[in-house]
Amino acid sequence: MDEILDILINDARTPAEDIAKMVKKPVAAVKKAIKKYEEDGTIVQYKAVVNPELAEGLSAPVRALIEVSITPQKDVGFDAVAERIYSFTEVSSCYLVSGSYDLLLIVEGKSIQTVAEFVSSKLSPMENVRQTTTHFLLKKYKEEGKIFKQPARSKRLNISY
Amino acid sequence: MYVAKLVNDLPPSGIRAFFDLVMGMKDVVSLGVGEPDFVTPWHIREKAIYSLEQGYTSYTSNKGMPELRKDICASLKHRYGLDYHWDNELLITVGGSEALDLACRALLEPGEKVIIHEPCFVAYAPLVKLAGGVPVPLITTEEDGFKVTPEKLEKCWQKGTKAFLLNYPCNPTGTSYTRSELLALAKVAKKRDMIVLSDEIYDELTYDFDHTPFATLPDMKERVIYLNGFSKSYAMTGWRLGWAAGNEKILAAMTKIHQYQVMCASITSQMAGREAVNHGRPDVLAMKKEYNRRRNFIVASLNELGLDCHMPQGAFYAFPSIKSLKMSSIDFAKDLLEQQKVALVPGGAFGSQCGDHVRISYASSYDNLREAVSRIGVYLKARHGKKR
Repeated sequence: MDEILDILINDARTPAEDIAKMVKKPVAAVKKAIKKYEEDGTIVQYKAVVNPELAEGLSAPVRALIEVSITPQKDVGFDAVAERIYSFTEVSSCYLVSGSYDLLLIVEGKSIQTVAEFVSSKLSPMENVRQTTTHFLLKKYKEEGKIFKQPARSKRLNISY
Repeated sequence: MYVAKLVNDLPPSGIRAFFDLVMGMKDVVSLGVGEPDFVTPWHIREKAIYSLEQGYTSYTSNKGMPELRKDICASLKHRYGLDYHWDNELLITVGGSEALDLACRALLEPGEKVIIHEPCFVAYAPLVKLAGGVPVPLITTEEDGFKVTPEKLEKCWQKGTKAFLLNYPCNPTGTSYTRSELLALAKVAKKRDMIVLSDEIYDELTYDFDHTPFATLPDMKERVIYLNGFSKSYAMTGWRLGWAAGNEKILAAMTKIHQYQVMCASITSQMAGREAVNHGRPDVLAMKKEYNRRRNFIVASLNELGLDCHMPQGAFYAFPSIKSLKMSSIDFAKDLLEQQKVALVPGGAFGSQCGDHVRISYASSYDNLREAVSRIGVYLKARHGKKR
């Protein structure tokens, strides 16, 4: 992978000027590369990973992992059904997986009721959906490689040889 | 006088007071740390915890656990094509420093000389002295990229010189050597019949070319005491685990001292060490990638600020010159600490001729480095303003 992308994946706030120093390229070249990634959809979005337990005033959405078994359709396989499902705004992520079910969804809602309502009135009744299993998330320990705990203070001495 | 003269005469670290100043201050952005900012990778820590649960709490063989020695030898063979016999050419020590101490004590007759480059790690000359030897400084300069050249090595040689010590990549300069540069030094070692104490503790952190162990050079294996350890490669400084490899007779002598001195390295550390050697490669590569970016960032930033800084080839230190500020490195370090709460190590700590450099450790997060660069910038601007 391109080093510029690798740096941004780790910290999207890294200024182009600093990236330029890190990869020993001119700032203009770095800016151009980033612009290209943004335009061709390689970079989809920049956003913060937030620990909801610490974010005051943020009404953390209820999240659920939903396993969905579907009947694939002739010619288009799973894609057409998947599209019908992931087009709902309640669905924040949608993956086709191997194993005992087919789609894994992450669904977000204001409350348990909203998510339950989505499952019972929209998802389950769909023609090709055979079965769903809903797991409500209780606690985030780690996401996107980041651990949701107050970072421990460094235990190193401030100065040493 | 209750203290032995030899010890009493060792110079106290001239910058102890400065270190105390740093330790006593809060909210310091520190670029003064000589160890990785990564915590030991979890799978290595987990292995150590598991070994404790399983009751591995005993002594090990003096030389270290046979399995660990075999693992290290296999890794040296795999990475560098080096053949050391696990049972009589390798010794597990309590950190790289013990390995060097043993080597000096096993080798040196009273008054024998050891050539040591400056700037260098603070412990070298004292360890040589404690072993009864006489350190002979070889001054490297910025113009040479702080490299030991064959000419300088030849010039420093005098009758009674037993060994020369080479640390590469080097703390504090980050200097390292290509194979052809090392070959030129090896020639002098052979001509003058010197043992080479090769401290390659930072070998895994070499950025611009492949690291060449001194022992891989033609005819050098028997002449080299190869010193290394787990501290820097695997972020395991606190485990105190190192090793020495070399000629069977010298290693046997070192083992003799080691067994009376410490018996063996901690078994918990050795268990962790096995996990590191066998499964730690991806961690090493990930850390190296990160250090390399920080290196490029900090060196470019320092030069931008007007502090001339050569590009270090390895380790995690930059060694910029502060000549343009017309003040001593200790005054600069104190001033910067007081004004901007940025800590770094004055160059004088690493050699008598290094007073116009400072050591900046980039084993610190990118956010910290950025903050430090910005504070140094503010400091320099204020200082230039004052002068006008």
